[in-house]
Amino acid sequence: MSQDFKGNDLVAIRDLSREKIERVMDLAEKMIPIANGEKRCDLAVGYVQGSLFFEPSTRTRLSFASAMARLGGTTLGFDQPGGSSVQKGETLADTIRMVDTYSDVIVLRHHAEGSARMAAHFAKKPVINAGDGAGQHPTQTILDLFTIRKAKKKIEGINVALVGDLKYGRTAHSLAEALAMFGANLMFVAPASLQMPKETLRAVEKIGTTPKVYNTVEEALPEADVMYVTRIQKERFPDLAEYHKVAGSYKINNALLKDAKPELSIMHPLPRVDEINTEVDSTPHALYFQQAFYGVPVRMAILALVLGVME
Amino acid sequence: MKDFRVTPIRNGTVIDHIKVGMALKVLKIIGIKGENSQSTVSVLLRVPSKQNEWKDIVKIEDRELDPKELSKIALISPSATINIIRDYNVAEKFNVEVPDIVKGIVRCQNPGCITNQSEPIEPEFVVESKKPLTLRCIYCGRIMNDVSDYLI
Repeated sequence: MSQDFKGNDLVAIRDLSREKIERVMDLAEKMIPIANGEKRCDLAVGYVQGSLFFEPSTRTRLSFASAMARLGGTTLGFDQPGGSSVQKGETLADTIRMVDTYSDVIVLRHHAEGSARMAAHFAKKPVINAGDGAGQHPTQTILDLFTIRKAKKKIEGINVALVGDLKYGRTAHSLAEALAMFGANLMFVAPASLQMPKETLRAVEKIGTTPKVYNTVEEALPEADVMYVTRIQKERFPDLAEYHKVAGSYKINNALLKDAKPELSIMHPLPRVDEINTEVDSTPHALYFQQAFYGVPVRMAILALVLGVME
Repeated sequence: MKDFRVTPIRNGTVIDHIKVGMALKVLKIIGIKGENSQSTVSVLLRVPSKQNEWKDIVKIEDRELDPKELSKIALISPSATINIIRDYNVAEKFNVEVPDIVKGIVRCQNPGCITNQSEPIEPEFVVESKKPLTLRCIYCGRIMNDVSDYLI
């Protein structure tokens, strides 16, 4: 099975079949004791991860670095283009060609959509997309699926409400498609102006799921097993007053959660601003910090598979 | 009194059945820019057509089109037909064809796409549907239906 991954790029979640995603999640499960430091391993000793972050990132960058270190490998690269030759006008293609010779796997975050696909074209080593602008962020999708599977023991038949900016939020689009592939019941909760784009709706329906659409959190809350909250971005609104009105109605707090199922789990790709009140953090509903941790075992699994150090 | 609008050409190409209104875009594709052009070009706009009610026609003397030009014409007017004229006779006649992969002839309409960022790559699209035309950028995934303003 690992032969299907070895040397291959991971650019978009659509590149992976359900079986392959399950393989990653099964391996991630085994990686947890190493990811949390209970055990040590030397699977990737001598391997180098080229980590190119042209855009700011905390969780994704650090969890990739942690994942590689936990596997015994090392990471080189930059976390802002300021200190690199990119500032001197080097193309991404040239940067990739260079890093390709210095490393065994390339992790790329870049503001341009399609940048990872292009990098994969120029690199001989596998390229892992760590977010390309408003495009894809497949490792986030896998860790979201993994978090749901860990919390609920399954994904099929679980009522997952995606809440917030469904129009522009890249995580919401690929997660919706992946959840549909795994047989979850989808609930889209957003104001009409930020609802899921038609393309994603069509894609999800093509897979065989008919999502329920809601305009308010209150309507969807009683049915939800998982609530995946995304940030509503201020810059999407030409009118600031309209933003405050919309953002205000999508804030999750303990008063609101009174109507929720006791076992409701709340997820968030983070960083959050104020869409989830900090008072929720200490309730059993809060799953977002655990979710952030799962980024490490999931990325360990992906790295181990594309490097071919796991069978 | 003579009664013809455009005379037959001796050698060259007649692009017939062009989607009405697209003839000027066809001229742009084949690079007819007045002063530099060595060929005589006749353009007929809104000609009655048996097939589609109305059509445009472009006639170019002493010139045949290359495959890239033909693909571009297909993208903006898939109904167009090409007649190669030699010594006043139709030597060849064929329909333009939308290729399965569109490479290097259309720009991605997504300004945030990597192909619009001065990188050394040609934009490339998979043709998901020929009728109606649907192209998907292989880099950013953007779906395009009307490419007439994005021809390179």
